[in-house]
Amino acid sequence: MNVFWKVFTSLIQREIRLAIRHGADSMMVVMFFVLVVVLFPLGVGPEPGILTRISAGVIWVAALLSAMLSMDRLFQTDFEDGSLDLLILTPQPLELLVLAKTIAHWLTTGLPLIIISPLLALLLNMETSGYGVLLAALALGTPTLSLIGTIGAALILGARRSGFLLSLLILPLFIPTLIFGVSAVDAALIDLPSKPQLLVLGGLLLASFALCPWASAAALRQAAE
Amino acid sequence: MFNYFANPTRFLRLTSKLQPIAMVVTLITMGAGLYYSLFQSPPDYQQSETVRMMYVHVPAAWMAMFCYVALAASSAVVLIWRHMVADIVAKSTAPIGACFTFLALATGSLWGKPMWGTWWVWDARLTSVLILFFLYLGYMVLYNAFDEPTRGARAAAILAIVGVINVPIIKFSVDWWNTLHQPASVVKMDGPAIHSSMLTPLLLMAVGYTAFYFWVLFIRSRAELSAYKVRALRIRQAEG
Repeated sequence: MNVFWKVFTSLIQREIRLAIRHGADSMMVVMFFVLVVVLFPLGVGPEPGILTRISAGVIWVAALLSAMLSMDRLFQTDFEDGSLDLLILTPQPLELLVLAKTIAHWLTTGLPLIIISPLLALLLNMETSGYGVLLAALALGTPTLSLIGTIGAALILGARRSGFLLSLLILPLFIPTLIFGVSAVDAALIDLPSKPQLLVLGGLLLASFALCPWASAAALRQAAE
Repeated sequence: MFNYFANPTRFLRLTSKLQPIAMVVTLITMGAGLYYSLFQSPPDYQQSETVRMMYVHVPAAWMAMFCYVALAASSAVVLIWRHMVADIVAKSTAPIGACFTFLALATGSLWGKPMWGTWWVWDARLTSVLILFFLYLGYMVLYNAFDEPTRGARAAAILAIVGVINVPIIKFSVDWWNTLHQPASVVKMDGPAIHSSMLTPLLLMAVGYTAFYFWVLFIRSRAELSAYKVRALRIRQAEG
């Protein structure tokens, strides 16, 4: 058990260290997130009423796209330099190592999105009653996106035109998270209870937490064959 | 039994016998189903003649889900036992299922315009079937995205199994959410809530669609097997 935790935490540390030293990846995701959101007021016009109405949806769609953008590098570098083979050969179960990588991915890309999101909500003229729920929904939803995304990232290893392929594979699977994430914030904005939607988001998170590592690990094994 | 038919030669022999049977069943049931649904069934008291859309729409939607379950089941066999025939069945099922899904979406949209007053609504049933359509597309693109065919087959098989979670969502979406789409009326605990004059053509069409699926499946998988043989021969030739 002790050895396992050591491997688990050192893998997370390695990923975070890599992300910090490369630097660009996390920053790029946040920049992309901000840029996509900023495009909307320019596209649909700056009327505050319209922006308030679409704020939750825009932030969620932008978060979805940024999560996807960061996904294709998740296993790609490990696949290219051979560390993926080492991960598969470690005696610890690959499913849990995938989970460690997912956690590191969320810490380096999902968490920054949550931190920056109130600022974007401000730019989109969201009412203050929605802020808390938006943060809660993103905190429950972005880990789900990371977990589902690992499946896609593992499946496309070595494929042609992998970036396009990734979006086709995982965006449909992101839809439930998007629907409940947006409706939670929308409910809060019209003073309805948003607890049901948050509970569904929590359920989605738990289900993908339990199931996604299996699928990703299976995909990684057959990619490394 | 599984292992028995996993032999491609036996599979070929069996399908060459079953293919004409599936063709005859398709032509008879679909012909009779179309005749009954267009001429022998009454118009609905609310929907009048547009109810006839049901006889093409509902079986297509059933088949869209049936094909996906078949796809996921054969994908599981591909991953667990690595049978070549299962891979061929999965690969041949995907485009047929995608066509059924497209047909269900298209006819539903045509039916929605006169009944609901709109071509499309974002309710749970329609959205989940649209996701199903994307899953089929993703399967087919992923299958062909690798230089090595077996890699694509296994990656796509994993995707097919992951996507199976969508099937119960489609089935129960009309019960879990308040949707514009009507709830199930044929497969119910207390018997079908639909009169026999409409149920008969519907079931005939359903049998016809199913037989059509097997008919096309046999043609496609036989063609795939031949393509596989050609590829193997070419490789042998190139190796000298």
